[in-house]
Amino acid sequence: MATQHAIELRELTKTFGDVVANDKVSLTVDKGEILSLLGENGSGKTTLMNMLSGIYFPDGGEILVDGRPVTIRSPKDAHDLGIGMVHQHFKLVDVLTAAENIILGLKGKGRLDRKALAREIQVISEKYGFDMDPNQKIYDMSVSQKQRVEILKVLYRGADILILDEPTAVLTPQETDKLFAVLRKMKADGKAIVIITHKLHEVMDISDRVAVLRKGKYIGAVETSQTNPQQLTEMMVGHAVKLEIDRPQTQYQDLRLEVKGLNCFNDEGVQVLKDVTFQARGGEILGIAGVAGSGQKELLEAVAGLQKVRSGHIFYYPPHPKSDLAGKHVPVDKAGEELVGKTPTQIQKIGVSLAFVPEDRLGMGLVASMDMVDNMMLKTYREGKGPLVDRKAPKALAQKLIDELEIVTPGVSTPVRRLSGGNVQKVLVGREIASSPTVLMTAYPVRGLDINSSYTIYHLLNQQKEKDVAVILVGEDLDVLLELCDRILVLCGGQVSGIVDGRTATKEQVGLMMTHLPKGQEGGDQA
Amino acid sequence: MTKEQREPLIRLAKREDITGGKAWLIRVLSIVLALAAGALIILLLGHNPLEVYPSMVEGALGKPRVIRETVKRAIPLLGAALAIAPAFKMKFWNIGAEGQILAGAVAATYFGLFWADRLPQPALLLVMAVASIVVGGLWGLIPAVFKAKWGTNETLFTLMLNYIVLGYVKYLQAGPWGADLSANGYPKIPMFAANAMLPTVLGVHIGWIVVLVMTVLMFVYLKYCKGGYEIAVVGESVRTAQYAGMSVSRIVMRTMFLSGGLAGLVGFLQVSGASGSLTDNTAGGIGFTAITVAWLARLNPFVMVFIALLLGILEKGADTIQTVYTIPASAAEMLTGIILFFMLGCEFFIRYRLIFRGKGEKKHG
Repeated sequence: MATQHAIELRELTKTFGDVVANDKVSLTVDKGEILSLLGENGSGKTTLMNMLSGIYFPDGGEILVDGRPVTIRSPKDAHDLGIGMVHQHFKLVDVLTAAENIILGLKGKGRLDRKALAREIQVISEKYGFDMDPNQKIYDMSVSQKQRVEILKVLYRGADILILDEPTAVLTPQETDKLFAVLRKMKADGKAIVIITHKLHEVMDISDRVAVLRKGKYIGAVETSQTNPQQLTEMMVGHAVKLEIDRPQTQYQDLRLEVKGLNCFNDEGVQVLKDVTFQARGGEILGIAGVAGSGQKELLEAVAGLQKVRSGHIFYYPPHPKSDLAGKHVPVDKAGEELVGKTPTQIQKIGVSLAFVPEDRLGMGLVASMDMVDNMMLKTYREGKGPLVDRKAPKALAQKLIDELEIVTPGVSTPVRRLSGGNVQKVLVGREIASSPTVLMTAYPVRGLDINSSYTIYHLLNQQKEKDVAVILVGEDLDVLLELCDRILVLCGGQVSGIVDGRTATKEQVGLMMTHLPKGQEGGDQA
Repeated sequence: MTKEQREPLIRLAKREDITGGKAWLIRVLSIVLALAAGALIILLLGHNPLEVYPSMVEGALGKPRVIRETVKRAIPLLGAALAIAPAFKMKFWNIGAEGQILAGAVAATYFGLFWADRLPQPALLLVMAVASIVVGGLWGLIPAVFKAKWGTNETLFTLMLNYIVLGYVKYLQAGPWGADLSANGYPKIPMFAANAMLPTVLGVHIGWIVVLVMTVLMFVYLKYCKGGYEIAVVGESVRTAQYAGMSVSRIVMRTMFLSGGLAGLVGFLQVSGASGSLTDNTAGGIGFTAITVAWLARLNPFVMVFIALLLGILEKGADTIQTVYTIPASAAEMLTGIILFFMLGCEFFIRYRLIFRGKGEKKHG
């Protein structure tokens, strides 16, 4: 019994069509251990865990739980074996309470004893240090509270093996610390935990061992205490990688965009942006930080003309007459051209470009079923006379992007849906850059990308900055924002809680601003 | 674990790329299976499938006269399928082609009945065609406007509109336009004068040329025109279309006018070419069958030509065996239904493959 692993995977293989997602992966997880599963995007981490949790069925290989070979045909089988998975996207019913969500789908007696249930949940919560109100509705909860419900759901069902898929992607640094404290308690309780994450410093912080996958193959596992981020990156990528991000200084730093007292409401009449005021300059990267759903999307969409503005102004100033960008776009009022009230097309013509990478990566900005050529012309197809579309120029552009950005695709006529995440994002960002914008707004451009692709994107953004473009970057990873951006605007619940200098600010400072507005309510302009 | 250590009996795997040959093999196989299933029904009815099937083919394609009849059935199917193609491509579920056909037919009939003596034939036919397109288009525009302005459900809306026109046609038949009494005493709209009828080419009214030209135009429109590109983007994602600066509501309304207009034109072809008058059976389910045609053809106009012909053959063949073998009409329709079911069903097997227990590894690609 002594050498029994909580989970042992033996030569697990899974293919999708011609793609081998997992190629004979063998892996062990012990009780009372936190294992980090590390790998670039598309390396097969999620596929592997989905086989453990019964979502996919392996094409070959064996799974052993507590030393016994098992067959996991459905999530229910996994749950019967004590395996619980906390997915990246929460699977909760909004109108139900935490307790109701926790018991959802469980068999029980006809009558629901809410009091007993609440007591049971309380016991588990206290044991692991959650604070949680079982009777709170999901729609009233913050992202981190919802995540706690997901974890409790798994624990309540008696899971001894927990799999967490990128649990920190949606959390602030403070919330991440809380989560890790909970994980450590579970570990002390003898649970086996597998955590999938991209963030190396978290891997170093929380895990006992690190297992690395590359292109579907198992590369190896190392003790966390015996390794460092540099070595892990090299295992992941397969060659040495430079981990620093450049932050070049630029020449002009002229005012490009001025947002004044912007107020926006969504379709349900909820205020999503409140009195937002800031400036963006050419030749700088302005980062926007905030907990997911703090108004980042609405802010960018308001500037792009896609979100209705209730009140406030957005002024656009033409680029410095000596910069490369001067004169490339529709001429505008030098004293500030009002963007509020203009159509998205008019705003594009002025030179303001938006590359938004949504959660599903494709829902906006790219048409999944279309090929690269058709996607290239999404914003320019109206150009040219006559009713027919001209596919020559977009085709040339597609080919150019493939060559310059090293996009991996069978050809320009392959649907973008078939490309991997990194390549899809290169297509999107590449197209926006090809329109030579003067303001480049991009949200989550490295969402879910591996290290190599991420650095390609950072490099592209820096290139734009050096061309005197005003780059506005909404990001998730504070470490990256702090390394890449000149200034960082922090949003909290649709309000600006402050603007800090990227060179001097600390992660804790930004993290705090993400959840707390300054005392005087309005964010002051410090930079 | 107490559970038996077995993998599931059948599981599905998505086929990434299937070769054209293999896909066609599956399709041919599905038709063979459909014929086998149909044979069982024929046997149950007390007939010999080996006689019935050949006579179906004979009845649809055996003589030049019946071939013309078959083509006549295929014309409106193809036309209506082409009409709904742009709407479906936009993921606007227009199941109101039936009503749009009738609306166009009513407009054409108005001019056919009351303007026949005032205009020469070419001018009259032109006026009838234009009127059918405009009225059909407007009928299609109504649900689009409601969808664009208030986000109503187009499926229900277009469906309900069908019954309104159908009711109106019955009213015209019984009242204002129904001067003629048919042999069995039901009121009937009179037949068109000769100059309100479409000329024939090779024995079939020129509607067949019209729908073939429509096929090419629709193909070009969907594939190479800005309008077709916009339809494809809106169909894929409204958010993306807005992001690209497209006016989604304008595109929806424009496309539905086109869709309804073409369906209306089919109504004109029906009254002026096929039947020579307007009846409550002028559309006769064509608007619904056209959905099957469009779907089986994966919205490809050229493939629709073949599917429409195939359905024309099936329907004509089913008619023939009704009279020859005194098989009830409903049983003949069942045969058609079975064949369609298998054809639609086989698309599933083209997209997915089944893996049976214990055969996981060796089958690949």
